[in-house]
Amino acid sequence: MADENTQQVPTTGAAAPEAQRTVTTPSRGPRTGPGRPGGPGRDAGPRKYFRRKKVCKFCVEKIDKIDYKDVRLLGQFVAESGKIVPRRLTGVCTPHQRRLTDAIKQARNIALLPFTSRV
Amino acid sequence: MVIVRPDLVEEDLDRLVSTLEGHIGTAGGTLKGTERMGKRRLAYEVRKFQDGMYLLFNVEGEGKIIAEIERRLRVTEPVIKFLTVRVDEEQKRLDKVKKIREARVRARPEAPAEEAAPTATTGGEAAPAAV
Repeated sequence: MADENTQQVPTTGAAAPEAQRTVTTPSRGPRTGPGRPGGPGRDAGPRKYFRRKKVCKFCVEKIDKIDYKDVRLLGQFVAESGKIVPRRLTGVCTPHQRRLTDAIKQARNIALLPFTSRV
Repeated sequence: MVIVRPDLVEEDLDRLVSTLEGHIGTAGGTLKGTERMGKRRLAYEVRKFQDGMYLLFNVEGEGKIIAEIERRLRVTEPVIKFLTVRVDEEQKRLDKVKKIREARVRARPEAPAEEAAPTATTGGEAAPAAV
């Protein structure tokens, strides 16, 4: 399951959902090698996947309110295509990711962020 | 938050804003504040407009009152889009967090007070920055 690229044609039908999952979003820098696991402690075994420890930006800066009006802040967590970036790429913790998602969806509804933009 | 069509004259806009504030009043809500966020480019086309004038109304009221305000907004012709966000629960949570943080800062003895002061100011500055 170590396919991390955008060019590989899925060989079997079963690979189709996997290929979809590993499509890289363009704005998040180059990620070579296997994808990072969700966090430490998944298995005590081989840790060769583990890259740098990403910290949650909101926890560090103690930002309490994630406001839908703050387009600059929200735009950092949105890909070029307009998609919301998964938290395994941005390092955001779960409660903040949930609030961030809500704020992004509110901003989309009030035309501050696009639903989709042509890449 | 309300988006109004961008091609309104200044005085028409003022008139519209006071009309909307009047709607809020007659429906029974309390207007806490109005903010004009200016003309912005919309992220997508809304009713054939590429730009829009953003207004923010901070309203307090019961559910029925808010529903009435929304109904009136739907009918108002210059309003092209609006979004109602409930903030009371969020505000309660923020106040609680702030209180806990202040209590923690005050609980520290006087000696590391110099260290506590910068943390208090950064905490205080972080909140308006997020808004």
